[in-house]
Amino acid sequence: MIAANPTTGQKRPPPPPRAWTHGRILGHVLMALWIISGISLVYFLASNIASPFVERYWGKYVDGFLVTLQIVGVSLLIGALLSLPIALARNSSWKIFAWPAYGYVYFFRGTPLLAQTFLIYYGAGTFRPELEAVGLWGFFREAWYCVIFAFSLNTAAYQAEILRGAILNVPKGQWEGAAALGLSRPVTFFKVILPQALMVALRPYGNEIILMIKGSAIASIVTIYDLMGETRRAYSRSYDFQAYIWAAVLYLIIVETLRRVWDKIEQRLTRHLKR
Amino acid sequence: MRVLRMAAAAVAVFAAVGAVEAKDWSKVRIGTEGAYPPFNSLTADGQLVGFDVDIAKALCEEMKVECEFVVQDWDGMIPALQAGKFDAVIASMSITEERLQKVDFTNKYYNTPPAIAVPKDSKIESTSDKHLDGAALGAQSSTTHSNYAEEKLPSADLKLYPTPDEYKLDVASGRIDAVIDDVVVLSEWLDTDDGACCKILGTLTPDPVINGAGAGIAIRKDDPELKEKFNAAIEAILANGKYKEINDKYFSFDVYGG
Amino acid sequence: MEDALTLLSFGDQGWGDTIAFGVMITVSLAIATLPFGLLLGFLIALAKNSNEPSLRLAANVYTTIFRGLPELLTLFLVYFGVQIGIQQGLKLIGFDAYFEVNSFVAGMVALSLVFSSYASEAFLSAFKGIPQGQYEGGYALGLSRYQTMALVILPQLIRLALPALGNLWLILLKETSLVSVIGLPDLVREAGIAARVTKEPFLFFGIACLIYLLLAMISSAGLSRVERWTKKGDVAR
Repeated sequence: MIAANPTTGQKRPPPPPRAWTHGRILGHVLMALWIISGISLVYFLASNIASPFVERYWGKYVDGFLVTLQIVGVSLLIGALLSLPIALARNSSWKIFAWPAYGYVYFFRGTPLLAQTFLIYYGAGTFRPELEAVGLWGFFREAWYCVIFAFSLNTAAYQAEILRGAILNVPKGQWEGAAALGLSRPVTFFKVILPQALMVALRPYGNEIILMIKGSAIASIVTIYDLMGETRRAYSRSYDFQAYIWAAVLYLIIVETLRRVWDKIEQRLTRHLKR
Repeated sequence: MRVLRMAAAAVAVFAAVGAVEAKDWSKVRIGTEGAYPPFNSLTADGQLVGFDVDIAKALCEEMKVECEFVVQDWDGMIPALQAGKFDAVIASMSITEERLQKVDFTNKYYNTPPAIAVPKDSKIESTSDKHLDGAALGAQSSTTHSNYAEEKLPSADLKLYPTPDEYKLDVASGRIDAVIDDVVVLSEWLDTDDGACCKILGTLTPDPVINGAGAGIAIRKDDPELKEKFNAAIEAILANGKYKEINDKYFSFDVYGG
Repeated sequence: MEDALTLLSFGDQGWGDTIAFGVMITVSLAIATLPFGLLLGFLIALAKNSNEPSLRLAANVYTTIFRGLPELLTLFLVYFGVQIGIQQGLKLIGFDAYFEVNSFVAGMVALSLVFSSYASEAFLSAFKGIPQGQYEGGYALGLSRYQTMALVILPQLIRLALPALGNLWLILLKETSLVSVIGLPDLVREAGIAARVTKEPFLFFGIACLIYLLLAMISSAGLSRVERWTKKGDVAR
């Protein structure tokens, strides 16, 4: 590109105006629709910010929000701890480890979280005598623990698959290099392979966290007052549709914030990999 | 093929925008829940039975209109009425101030007090807030009973369920310590095998603001003429003995109440 | 064991027919959602792949919203909100009518919204896998833009997007379970009713899970056949 011809001093002609193609018109119309919806949403929320509904239920929404974060945080953490042995078993060449791990992962990834939660919550209720005999009834009696239990097992299956893929993704040369340095296999795994695998797995992990936040809305169906639970309670009492709109805004804020923060973290942690 | 036809039918339903012609009320659609025995429930082959259903049929006969029943989850009952899925709700819905802000009601057609049931070996002494402190108390959501628990029994740990069936499962397994509902509904359940676990702890004094003035028929606010028709019909069946006949079919006492 | 078999049998004594009906609803909901989700997803991918910034932005707003909202909430928004919204819209233009969104349609719409926003990502990455030369070749042969898209690009696109779309189909099958909450008698709801009446929740929810697994297996088998079929062209080269 020559900005200006040095001999004549003439400027490059301005680019032709962009034509109003069908695509451009459609894009502007759609954007206009989004902007109008966005503005009316903001207007609607702003005009309701001092309404009796918000005054009455805002505190509940905050409580529900915190419960959602707790459920997701605890489940993800337990799931992460469980996922490591599952992923290792899945990668193992010993069939007695690999097959059960495969069955576990297949079951929890192949069935809906809702059905799993019902199975554990209502199922535990029928096994009360047996659970009491082994002293676990106190645990399964609480809806809260049932939900944590179900969600942890579910996310463990997904995280195990993420981890397994990431571990397989680490080049074989890394193992060989470590072996050549005389490192034992466990040391190689925890100090050399796992950190690299986790780095590769950052993106799918981020997606899993978001899926978990969205999936946690299911807890509201078994008497937990998470963000969704409080929303349904507010709606069932007031029949005011803004109950769901506030919830939608809050969920979008959580998910979008998380996605952006996670992107930043990922960029920072993987900056040495960029060429 | 069947699947395709079902999808096509579903789309047809979606497209069904019917301008409602002049409302002569020759046909009335009635919403009910079908999960609240003995007032309304579904039999195994999908038939609606119960006190509400019989009363509704008697009222329709009295008004000389054709009635069609629509089964709707309790949670969405008032939104569905407002959205026009049906014209009247006959589902043991209590007439309360809160609901009157959204819909209109006929006069009551019965009135029974709420009660609390507990497992037989329960150590809860009474239905007072003090004795229920920390107890897990189950209730059906969006009912006067859940509202009562929220307002009058704040120390209890309230758990909300979509239908009574779920809280029955949970109290039978001991997951919750007590349940609050209509005394008639609880008594009916305690008489069955499933209810053998539990007993009535005591009836509660209804709060006029929360519990309202008995169960009425919910009607949209813009249908006052339908409300009047129902009111007249309620009076008529009370006067001609039809109400008593239905009452005696289900109960050994008078549910109309004071 | 015999008890369980009686409970699961067909006829008056058992819940087999109820469960079977639920399975039919689950499968038909998923199948009914698929074409809408795919079409919408493809259109959104087209928009995202366009040179026009406003179109790309509009499409991105769409996917941000429907990938960020919990599916359960999207379902409630559609089930309660669309009805109220349309009704008020009709009232505004002075048309007093009732508009009914039943739970099947609400489920279909909500699941299509979610499915299409994920499917658009699958299509978009497939678009990136098709070299520019394919378009140019199409134009050089005198095909119109539309013909190039339909005859040259789309067949390759489907093949490239198939594995990701297959995954989304499996997710869709599982997500249909959420409609049980708004009253559609699908597999989970029928299992729930059977569980409440018989007081055997573990049996019935366990059966429901196994049926979902079975559906997933059948789908996987079907998908891998389709994938093999689309790859027939590769071998010949």
